[in-house]
Amino acid sequence: MSRTLIALVEDKPGVLARVAGLLRRRAFNIESLTVGRTQEPGISRMTIVVDSDRTDAEKVLQNLNKLVNVIDVEDVTERALVARNLALIKVQVNGGSRAEVMQIVDSFRGRVVDVGLDTIMIEATGNEEKVEGLVQVLQAFGIVEMVRGGRVAMVRGGQPQ
Amino acid sequence: MRRTGAQIVWEMLEQEGVEVVFGFPGGAILDTYHCLQDYEIRHVLVRHEQGAAHAADGYARASGRVGVAMATSGPGATNLVTGIATAMMDSSPMVCITGQVGTSLIGTDAFQEADMTGITLPITKHNYLVTDVENLASIMREAFHIARSGRPGPVLIDLPKNVQQAETDFVPPKDEVRLSGYEPAGRVDAEQLLRAAELINSAERPVILAGHGVLMSGKTRTLKELAERMEAVVALTLLGKGAFPESHPLCLGMMGMHGEAAANRAVQEADLLLALGMRFDDRVTGTLEQYAPMSRKVHIDADAAELNKIVPADVAIVGDLRHVLEELLAMIEPASHEGWMERVDHWRSQSRARDIINRPQNGRLVAPYVIDSLRKETQGDAIVVTDVGQHQMWTAMYYGLDRPDPWITSGGLGTMGFALPAAIGAQIAQPDREVWAIAGDGGFQMTMQELGTLIQEDLPVRIALVNNSYLGMVRQWQELLYEGRYEATYLVNPDFVRLVSAYGIPGWRVTEPANAAAVIAEARSQAGPAFIEFVVASEGDDGNVYPMVPPGAALHEMIRRPEASVELAGTGEEKE
Ligand SMILES: Cc1ncc(C[n+]2csc(CCOP(=O)(O)OP(=O)(O)O)c2C)c(N)n1
Ligand SMILES: [Mg+2]
Repeated sequence: MSRTLIALVEDKPGVLARVAGLLRRRAFNIESLTVGRTQEPGISRMTIVVDSDRTDAEKVLQNLNKLVNVIDVEDVTERALVARNLALIKVQVNGGSRAEVMQIVDSFRGRVVDVGLDTIMIEATGNEEKVEGLVQVLQAFGIVEMVRGGRVAMVRGGQPQ
Repeated sequence: MRRTGAQIVWEMLEQEGVEVVFGFPGGAILDTYHCLQDYEIRHVLVRHEQGAAHAADGYARASGRVGVAMATSGPGATNLVTGIATAMMDSSPMVCITGQVGTSLIGTDAFQEADMTGITLPITKHNYLVTDVENLASIMREAFHIARSGRPGPVLIDLPKNVQQAETDFVPPKDEVRLSGYEPAGRVDAEQLLRAAELINSAERPVILAGHGVLMSGKTRTLKELAERMEAVVALTLLGKGAFPESHPLCLGMMGMHGEAAANRAVQEADLLLALGMRFDDRVTGTLEQYAPMSRKVHIDADAAELNKIVPADVAIVGDLRHVLEELLAMIEPASHEGWMERVDHWRSQSRARDIINRPQNGRLVAPYVIDSLRKETQGDAIVVTDVGQHQMWTAMYYGLDRPDPWITSGGLGTMGFALPAAIGAQIAQPDREVWAIAGDGGFQMTMQELGTLIQEDLPVRIALVNNSYLGMVRQWQELLYEGRYEATYLVNPDFVRLVSAYGIPGWRVTEPANAAAVIAEARSQAGPAFIEFVVASEGDDGNVYPMVPPGAALHEMIRRPEASVELAGTGEEKE
């Protein structure tokens, strides 16, 4: 099981190091951590996915709260969420497989973003299961290179986090 | 007004009401030192930066105010590290100001560059690297606010040389500090409080565990009322000493690894633990699998991250004891627990019977007797600062406190070398009080260079050196748990009395119990510093701290002082 925390943090040098350092020091196990700007200047947003079989998300939350640069943290796991993952996948193709790969990508609602002589690059977004599903299918053709971002998440409806 | 960064440091220290800075200069902090003379702040020149940090910590603990330490970049700053970690573990409010290489050199491995904000990240409550003089004043303001509020702790400000030199228009910040990510005063959840009161009111064998947080809240009287109304016995953590009068009939003394046997028994047999301002350190709990198995637990602490960290609580309340204790008290019904008190008294009488202090004198000087004599001679009225080791545990056991007086010891980090510099800080904080540093022969030699600070500042600190020619606490573990193999614990020591006399400090050596009281009285009569070396029994029953909960054992599985050495009044019911 995993739990999703969203933290609003001050956009200052060293804040990521503080958060990462805390997670390491307290021996917390996390699956992913993403960070980026928000609509408000000076405030960044982190999505932290905690491996809750090995780490108590509540502990992570309480300890993050103690960091002066962390403005707010919420465990949004139980809330109605939109959670997305991004992957860029470069796949080996030849004359025969190219069309088949493109068809698969299409059915996963991925996009082909670059076409080379014997590779194509695919962009996939969606929840982890969907991205993971596509990766598995593409493995049969030979994945040359892959990069995946961590989860980003947002609660549905009215109030901002 | 135009001010340099260096001047702003002192302006802000004055504005924060700082009266003393403990420090040691060097190239990267010289600009700041250069302006010192223009301000009303006392500077205490230590002999090693570790001493500056411990002295600032001791000052903070003795005064309740923020202690300030200053050092240069690189080695000066890294020498502070042990002292910062010590303050962090014991929630002591401190601000450390370190010089840093110029901002253009940061990250280049410049001469005496050390990444202090990186190094101290996990051992400070917060830290700052000041890159622009415009931010310096507000950073200093924030640093003091963070250090002293909520659960206090050390804050480090790393100050590059060019920021100290840069000039700006200085406007003293006046507004209250507002930090969006920092709100110390926890709101008390009324419903939780009600549930806590229900558990307390239905308890039959209640035990209160009182920690440092109670002392910091200043609500020791409320605790006393609460304990009396509940008729709950009170066990103290090492840092909680003073939170409850030790001569009070409900007081069990210290709990834990070297706690009173009765305290540990009571914790294990309790049906309710009310834990106040403490954090269930592993030295307090013994093995967790068998910790207080029959009890419901109510845990109240200012730091939410401490709740359910080690021991799951039935009711966990985040809150400042300054408010919570009174709110709780109002919900508690007067109770009495006759049968429970009888059992506790029985355990207590057994402890008394085994106590080495109640044993007929055999002419050998034992450390508990030394501490007992110190307590009697000072009428328990001194500010005691200990080092770390056996003598520390004995001081905790035998220097009973009946008031919430400063009791200064390195608990969480257990830092040898703490006593002398911390006592210097305590004496400066409390110039009219009698301050005793109690140290072992091992730890004393870790920071004894601060004798120089002592005489330079002309402070009347009294030093009791408990000399057993060993790293005693480690030797005890080797004797009891490591097949008696004394590896690297025997110490060939200098002539300590001659050593202190080289500093012009009068010293005495006590080897027999009969002389202890008179020599202590003599040392107390000195106008300036004084030193006593007590040469004490170092091995076996006389040289070990009992009881002892071996690591990994449950709290009630104590190694007790072997019965042969004491007539036991007990019933033989005890089988620890
Ligand atoms: C800086 C530091 N190093 C090592 C230790 C481990 N340690 C704990 S107690 C102790 C022995 C202390 O010996 P001494 O100062 O003579 O005191 P005694 O136990 O003999 O009273 C040691 C080495 C420590 N606590 N701190
Ligand atoms: Mg010793």
